Parts: sequence; C-alpha cells; structure tokens
Amino acid sequence: MDIFIDQFFNIEIMRKSLPLLLTGLWMTLQLCSAVILLGLIGGLFVALGNMSERRWLRFISIAYTDLFRALPPLVLLIFIYAGLPFAGINISPFAAVVIAFLLNNSSYYAEVYRAGLISVAKGQWEAAQSTGLSPTQTLIHVVLPQAMRNVLPDLLSNTVEVVKLTSLASVISLSELLYNAGMARSVTYNASPLVLAALFYLVLLWPLVRLVSHFQRRLAA
Amino acid sequence: MANRPMLEIVSLEKRFGPNTILKKIDLKVAEGELVFVIGPSGSGKSTMLRCCNRLEEPTSGDIIVDGRNIMAGTRRDLDRMRLQIGMVFQGFHLYPHMTVLKNVTLAQRKALKRTKAEADARAIDMLEQVGMAHKADAYPGELSGGQQQRVAIARSLALDPKVMLFDEPTSALDPELVGSVLKVMKDLKSKGMTMVVVSHEMGFARETADRVVFMDGGVVVEQGTPDEIFGAPKAERTRAFLSRVSG
Ligand SMILES: Nc1ncnc2c1ncn2[C@@H]1O[C@H](COP(=O)(O)OP(=O)(O)OP(=O)(O)O)[C@@H](O)[C@H]1O
Ligand SMILES: [Mg+2]
Repeated sequence: MDIFIDQFFNIEIMRKSLPLLLTGLWMTLQLCSAVILLGLIGGLFVALGNMSERRWLRFISIAYTDLFRALPPLVLLIFIYAGLPFAGINISPFAAVVIAFLLNNSSYYAEVYRAGLISVAKGQWEAAQSTGLSPTQTLIHVVLPQAMRNVLPDLLSNTVEVVKLTSLASVISLSELLYNAGMARSVTYNASPLVLAALFYLVLLWPLVRLVSHFQRRLAA
Repeated sequence: MANRPMLEIVSLEKRFGPNTILKKIDLKVAEGELVFVIGPSGSGKSTMLRCCNRLEEPTSGDIIVDGRNIMAGTRRDLDRMRLQIGMVFQGFHLYPHMTVLKNVTLAQRKALKRTKAEADARAIDMLEQVGMAHKADAYPGELSGGQQQRVAIARSLALDPKVMLFDEPTSALDPELVGSVLKVMKDLKSKGMTMVVVSHEMGFARETADRVVFMDGGVVVEQGTPDEIFGAPKAERTRAFLSRVSG
C-alpha cells in the first residue's frame, strides 16, 4: 500500500513537479483557446457554406467536413508537422497543432451548427426578412441565437473533445500538460506527476461535462 | 375608392418547376382599401402575397408599391422596400428568444436605424394599439396564439408600412381568440391602412372589406364588393366555392 501511495500519490514529487505542470497547463489552455475560438468561427462559415444556394460552395464545404472528420487528427498533426517540411514548409509545433486540430474541430463544429441552423423554423427567416432585415442581420439576431441554444449540449461536448485532443500534441514534443507530466515522470521515476496531470484535466473538464448533462436534460424537458 | 393605387400587382406570373401557380395576375389596391382574397386550397393565394414582398421570387411581372417597382433595384433596395410592406403570417413567427418589446424593436433598430428610445416609444404605442402593452416584457411562449398574432401585427406596424398583407392571420387560432385579432385588423382599416387579407372569415369580409377577390387555379376569377360576391356571384366556380365553404 505504501508503495502504491509512493508511486502514484507522492506529495513531495507532485509539489516539485508542480511548476513544470503549471507551465504545461498554460500551454494546453492556450492551445484550447486558439482551437476553440477559431473552430467556432470557422465552423460557422463552413456550416453556412454547406447550406448555401451556390452549388460549388456546398460542394467545398461538404468535402471539407467529410475529409477532416474522416482523417484521424493524429495523422493530420504528424503530416502537418513532419510531412510538410518535405515540401519546404516549416511550421512551429504550436502552429502545427492549432492547424491540425482546427481542421478537425471546425468540421465537427460545422456539423453541429448545421443541425442547429436547420432546427430553426423557416418562418423565422421569412418573418425577419419581411421586416427589412438583411440576410446577415437575420442570421445574427434571429436565427443564430436560436440555433446555438438548440445545440448547446453538442457545442459543449465538442469543446470537451478539443481539450482532450490537445494532449495528442505531446507526440510532437509540444510542452503542454501531458508532455510536461511525462517529462516529470521520467526525471523522477515516479508516476505521481501523471496522476497530477490527470487531476488537472479532471478539474478542467468535469464542470463542462456536468454542464452538458444539465443542458441535455433541460432541452429534453 | 378613387384613391391612388398603393399596391399594384402587374401581370404576375409564378412557376414552380413545370407548374404555373400564378397566371398573369393583375390586381390594384387603392390607398386605404381592404381587399379580401378567397379561393380554394392551392389556388395560389399565399404565393401571390409572398410574391408581393419577394419572399417568393416572381417568375415575371411587376410589384409596385406606392409608385415604386420592388422588382427593380439591388438586394439593399429590396430590404428597404420590404419595410413598406408589412406581412402577417398564419403561424405568427415571433422570435421566441426575445421579449415582446424586443420583437417589436428589432427591425426598427437594425433596419430603420432608430435609436433605442425612439424604437421603444414606437413599440409601446403599437403594442397599445393592439392591446398588448401590458405584456411588453413577456416572452412569446408565455402568450396565447391570439396575443402572439397581435404582437406580430404590432411588429409590422412599428415600421410604418404602406401596405399590410395578412395570410390567414386567424386560421391557427382557437375560435374564441379569433375575434381579438379581427378587431385589431378592423381598427387598422378604420385608421386608413391599405390591406390585403387572405382569410376564411367571411363575416369579417362582409363587414370590413371594400372588395372581395376570388382566386382559383392561379387566376382572379371574379371580384367585386362583398355584397356582389357573396350575394350574387357571377362565375360558376365562385358559386361552387362559396356554397362549399358556407357548408
Ligand atoms: N415552394 C413551392 N414549391 C413548389 N410548389 C409550391 C411551393 N409553394 C407553393 N407551391 C404550390 O403552389 C400552389 C399554390 O400554393 P399556395 O400556398 O399559394 O396556395 P393557397 O391558395 O395559399 O392555399 P391554402 O388555402 O391551402 O393556403 C400549390 O399547388 C402548392 O403546392
Ligand atoms: Mg395559403
């Protein structure tokens, strides 16, 4: 039992590795912010393309969402980080992670937005436009707020996935939370830093998954 | 009515694929006139109204509102011209995520660029006119159908339209709520609003309409005063329709 505690819950080692883990956490938060924010914006445009009356726009956006949902994000990441240099394109690890996960994530957000947009009755568009609102004004003030409310649980779940996804960045040695925890583990020959990192993820995501359940129940009611 | 025409539908044609739904319709509505449109299901009544503000794009023809052709001009012009054409739908279509007051101020703020104070004052005026000012802070989901429809009317009126189009405004209402909406429409008529009303409320038409138009198969079959159309319809199709709806 002592060995178990010593190997996994060694307070002393956790304390020593804390600064490193906090640096990693900071990086993880930066990655998440970039991917989530850009993903939410990019996803909306992809979704609008998907619902456009222009056939070529629809085609591009469907191809985009299909491609980047089908490609494993890790494959995408390694390709962008390690593959593109063969074409003379060198990218920082941070940029590589953001681009790879943005491509993946914006396609998922786009599908969520699309479900939300088609859940808003056509009459809402017609009523708004009959009062002289432009299509953009109608979208912003009338349709989007309702669409987002209808798919809030899915938007949130997707956001939870992004946070988890960023731990994959450790494979290209980007010093985010998991990577730094691994470093601390190999230096101390002790698993406690990994346990601490897991706790960080838990603290970060547990409220979010709770919120998802809460909204799901409220929407079902 | 010898007034100038406020709404002119000129040679309006609408096709959906191979089907011609409106066949060269011509209709003039004078300022302050209430034209009541009847006809069997599928005769093109809704399509005609929806073409009047280009919610449905006419295949050919012109729609002239107070002398200006809404078929000419850019998308921007269209948005501006839609401000002059109020539309009331069978399903109300209030914005469920906004209070009644915000429903009535949104287009005033965003399309007419009125200040918040102006828009609020105007909204309260209009809500008073339809008897809904006491519900300004409620959400549409908290209102009865009749109340929602009156708010929807206020939402259109707040933009000072030149014409109001009603597409079966009371068809989705419980019978006991129909009267409150018809009363608002009657008030509106007495204030001089130009109105085109598609409806099955024949009693309302007899009392309030200046002219009744009977449509069938995408054409105007017959038109005249309520007495002429309800009392002595000339066309066989009109007679058949009226005897069917009066049961
Ligand atoms: N978007 C559309 N695409 C194809 N056909 C349509 C469309 N909208 C209407 N139609 C057809 O046009 C015809 C006229 O429809 P419309 O809704 O104008 O009739 P209406 O007179 O309003 O009937 P109702 O009394 O049932 O409301 C119908 O046959 C309908 O099927
Ligand atoms: Mg109809």
